[in-house]
Amino acid sequence: MNNVFIHAAGLILSGNREVYFIAFTSLKFAVSSTTISTAFAVPLGIVLSFNSFTGKRFIVIILNSLMALPTVVIGLLLYSLLSRSGPLGNFRLLFTPMAVIIGQSILSFPIITSFVYSALAKTDAELPETLETLGAGALEKNLMIIRESRAAVLSAILSGFGRVIGEVGVSMMLGGNIRWYTRTITTTIALETSKGEFELALALGLILIIISFVVNFSLHMGIRNET
Amino acid sequence: MKVSFYYPFRIYSFIPHGMKKNLTILLLIVISAAGFGYAGGQREQKPRLRLATTTSTENSGLLGSLIPAFEAKTGIKVDVIAVGTGKAITLGENGDVDVIMVHARGREDRFVKEGYGVNRRNLMHNDFVILGPKNDPAGIKGLTSAVEALRKISTSKSNFISRGDDSGTNIKENHLWKEAGIVPSGKWYKEAGQGMGAVIIMANDLKGYTLSDRGTYLSMKDKIDIGILVEGDPELYNPYGVIAVNPTRHKHINYEGAMTFITYITSKEGQDVIRNYRKNGKQLFYPDVFK
Repeated sequence: MNNVFIHAAGLILSGNREVYFIAFTSLKFAVSSTTISTAFAVPLGIVLSFNSFTGKRFIVIILNSLMALPTVVIGLLLYSLLSRSGPLGNFRLLFTPMAVIIGQSILSFPIITSFVYSALAKTDAELPETLETLGAGALEKNLMIIRESRAAVLSAILSGFGRVIGEVGVSMMLGGNIRWYTRTITTTIALETSKGEFELALALGLILIIISFVVNFSLHMGIRNET
Repeated sequence: MKVSFYYPFRIYSFIPHGMKKNLTILLLIVISAAGFGYAGGQREQKPRLRLATTTSTENSGLLGSLIPAFEAKTGIKVDVIAVGTGKAITLGENGDVDVIMVHARGREDRFVKEGYGVNRRNLMHNDFVILGPKNDPAGIKGLTSAVEALRKISTSKSNFISRGDDSGTNIKENHLWKEAGIVPSGKWYKEAGQGMGAVIIMANDLKGYTLSDRGTYLSMKDKIDIGILVEGDPELYNPYGVIAVNPTRHKHINYEGAMTFITYITSKEGQDVIRNYRKNGKQLFYPDVFK
């Protein structure tokens, strides 16, 4: 086990260009997809939290269930759409970074929405009304709501981020694990494991956790400092 | 002075609120644009070539010397998608790749006959070996017939790890069982559904037998206790072919790139790269065009 830590430290410190490229690719995919899904998920979470309408509970149930969707299934569904013989084949997206980002966005969307919804459901139900009486416009109101519960919203976004940076199904199926192009930390781990290079695979796993820790740590600290 | 990880965020907190909102939005746009831009920006002058190939060529490291040599010579960037032979052929049928490099002659011929592929070429070969534990409970060491060896493994109910993933090696294994007139089943027969390396590791841990291509075995030799027990049977011959995907079937196919690739790897130069590739000082593949 000691060897693994030495190996991981060696990989990080040696300045191996490929290791950095792979780590950067993972980070880029995860950040892009989380950003895209956040842009849709947070507004939907707010709408669900502060409005009651028929079918709302049903939407929440669907979103919660979608959180259980295996990454490979999302990968397969998108594969059949994006394949050259599929309906969206003309966009030539299969086995490109874009395909992975689309898949990961879909993957993190239900998680972020659900978590934003359950976080906001706990805030003061009269908050929107209060803000309105204070003369806040629609956009301002929503931004204030997010601001008031930013720790919870951040947690929701980071849950989505955690899900995508650690997933392998979508990246493998839609990215194809192409070297210097769509190879991420998780697909490299799968590849190295299949080659029997367990130590290298574990070392990469360690790097993934470090990246995830740094991202979580900086965002949490950033938000704490803002108050 | 306390300068820490979150220092940038402190600066962030000094920015007036209104400006901050704009900055946040700007930041989001930049990050997502980076994601999109990356996907779009990669389509350079010469179209990329997509090669679906088997895990054995990737895991053995051969592609690591073949592809850079090809890219340097032609300027065509190759995207390698390393999967089992079965899946590589499916990707070719769907038009998701431009060229395939696989090892299952029967399937390759069908791929061409059904009009999915054109210009099949013999490329290179190596051979399969049957690996097993040193104490050899089935007593197959030194047999010259692979089929006979499988019969003995099945009657002694010794652990046998199958790839079970429709890869070229798996297709060969199934063929050998058929020849032996055996439908393998029971606790001793374990279908792993994993790549060659992982299956060799499993066989090693379970002290079982498995069928492997020689290349992958040689590249892992130092890490395992199981070794070659049966080799040299003509049945264990393992030829690789390269096939371009039919451009009349899928119009968007990078056929020119595919043919450039096939021409290169069947040329003297490409064949020499294959011949000269060494892993742990051993030759893994034998070129078939320029022998």
